[in-house]
Amino acid sequence: MAKPARPFKPVIATANDLASGAVLFRTAGGAWARAPREAEVAENDQEAAALLAAGERDVAGNKVVDLALIPVEREDGGWRPAELRERIRAAGPTIDLPGQA
Amino acid sequence: MYRYDEFDRGFVAERAAEFRDQVRRRLSGELSEDQFRPLRLMNGLYLQLHAYMLRVAVPYGVLSPRQLRKLAHIARKYDRGYGHFTTRQNIQYNWIQLKDAPDILADLAQVDMHAIQTSGNCIRNVTSDHFAGAAPDEIVDPRAYGEILRQWSSLHPEFSFLPRKFKIAIIGGPHDRAAMRAHDIGIEVKREKGVIGFAVYAGGGLGRTPMPARKLRDFLPEEDLIAYCEAILRVYNLEGRRDNKYKARIKILVHETGEAEFRQLVEDEFAAIDKSLYRIDPAHAARIVAQFAPPPFAVLPARSAIFESARARDAALAAFAARNVAPHRQPGYGILTISLKPVGAPPGDATAGQIEAIADLTETYSFGEARVSHEQNIVLPHVRLDDIPEIFATLQAHDLATPNAGLVTDIIACPGLDYCALANARSIPVAQNIARRFADLDRQRAIGDLKIKISGCINACGHHHVGHIGILGVDRKGEEFYQITLGGSGDENFAIGEIVGRGFAAGEITDAVETIVEAYLRLRESADETFLSAYRRLGATPFKEALYATEPA
Ligand code: HEM
Ligand code: SF4
Repeated sequence: MAKPARPFKPVIATANDLASGAVLFRTAGGAWARAPREAEVAENDQEAAALLAAGERDVAGNKVVDLALIPVEREDGGWRPAELRERIRAAGPTIDLPGQA
Repeated sequence: MYRYDEFDRGFVAERAAEFRDQVRRRLSGELSEDQFRPLRLMNGLYLQLHAYMLRVAVPYGVLSPRQLRKLAHIARKYDRGYGHFTTRQNIQYNWIQLKDAPDILADLAQVDMHAIQTSGNCIRNVTSDHFAGAAPDEIVDPRAYGEILRQWSSLHPEFSFLPRKFKIAIIGGPHDRAAMRAHDIGIEVKREKGVIGFAVYAGGGLGRTPMPARKLRDFLPEEDLIAYCEAILRVYNLEGRRDNKYKARIKILVHETGEAEFRQLVEDEFAAIDKSLYRIDPAHAARIVAQFAPPPFAVLPARSAIFESARARDAALAAFAARNVAPHRQPGYGILTISLKPVGAPPGDATAGQIEAIADLTETYSFGEARVSHEQNIVLPHVRLDDIPEIFATLQAHDLATPNAGLVTDIIACPGLDYCALANARSIPVAQNIARRFADLDRQRAIGDLKIKISGCINACGHHHVGHIGILGVDRKGEEFYQITLGGSGDENFAIGEIVGRGFAAGEITDAVETIVEAYLRLRESADETFLSAYRRLGATPFKEALYATEPA
């Protein structure tokens, strides 16, 4: 018997810009934005598969590297990465950088 | 200090040019990421949490003013104005763009530096004692042998695809300031009855399965150094596990084979080697040794009246001298540690301006030589005691005068989840919070020698296993959580710390460390009994009681 499907966790696509390494998120328009809030959110398996395929085309096109789908959760009417790691990845180090404190 | 010969220089420049072409082909799409990744890693360029990260090799931690200035220039021009000095005596830049990497490597090549063999399953940068050539307890300066090992291990065709990375550390006296026994091969240079030889250890490592290196030879003849290392590497290359990345380090091979049997395998291999191929040409060896000859020290009285009267007048200088100036073997000189651990700052980070200030000090006061220590500080190995008041004033002007070398706030921390793609938890904020808690200098001095070391995951880049107090970040159901080990030591009394009990949440870890320190202060026999000695006398029990006593049963 097939296991009941777990509730789908919404995801967004993230990667790094090939040339600069910058952390990016894929938007609905097919661009790559710096802010996860601008990302297209896939809310079911089909949408996630389509998002991943679109991201893979950009990997193959040498725009971005290290593509991944990451879970997001609701925050003040928008979405934010669900995991601490991805929040730090999106927002930068949680500490004052040297010389900028 | 060793200077590159034309062969080194030509090779490094060629390699930088080659990488420029590879990056161009990657950016134009001629190379895919799968094709390019190994090429980029061969040149020390990783992709981390926020950007590319470049790891630059600093052989045995030695830097010249020219090199320091170039490192500062790179930080300012291509990064965000700072670099991170690591437990591997290297420097890492956190915000590198791929398109700039070729220019950076070309800049490095101008000062005989590179990022080769700072990644991958090869023999990595050889590390050594940051007090080499200066410490009174040193028997032989290990750096010449470090250099011989560097030349042998650079681009060694047989050892470019080992089962896993391979790290060698070398020291030159009974006091181990390089965590030698935490390395795949550890070497202690010795002199007995005027003859040089080596104690050779193998199979040490931290990470997932920490192990102290075992002694294979007590006194290997000088001329056999390379042949014997070759024998160890051959055994490892053949017998080391390639089926499981987590069991691939030589420590697992030594552990699983057994020390006696592993030694026998090495001895058999060594016996079969044509040693004449590996003997270092004496003229070449003499050239290398000459390059590490002591600088032209002045003949000075052991006591400096200038220094003594300045420290009597200036309490800040006195506090600095008490911790950050170590005795030198040359009368009238001292070894000065520049702490990269101002309270509340990320351990090991230095800004471009600070690196330039250090370059100037190095040039003016330390015979053009600085060292990176595995404790993430910078050392000026040869300063005149007379000059220390002036040096101190310059350090103060650059926020580099923190008088905490070896104290509780001189914390080692890896980049952790603020930068590292492999991390489970943050390390830097933990270090910052502990340092702030113990910011009071009188309190730090009352506590005395205490090494806290923090890693953001089990890879142990922050050496937590050998911290007197070690802190390991783990992921507990998506939350940062920290495990404490006690009683570790990376020196000649090498020990892996013991896990004290259940871990602590991010909000609890500073209190837990303070509880341990307070327990030590209560339990020590006198102010002369260090934390580590007290722990070894008492064992973990009283510390466990202090940590967990208030918990409901
Ligand atoms: C941020 C990028 C880094 C990555 C991806 C990384 C990766 C790793 C990995 C995978 C290991 C475990 C190797 C094994 O057990 O087989 C390791 C060990 C180690 N790394 Fe790092 N590391 C990083 C940064 C650093 C830094 C910043 C330092 C110095 C502060 C460092 C120094 C070490 C040391 C000393 C060890 C443990 C000793 C041993 O090799 O057994 N690493 N690292
Ligand atoms: S110990 Fe883990 S978190 Fe820290 S730098 Fe190493 S790999 Fe990254």
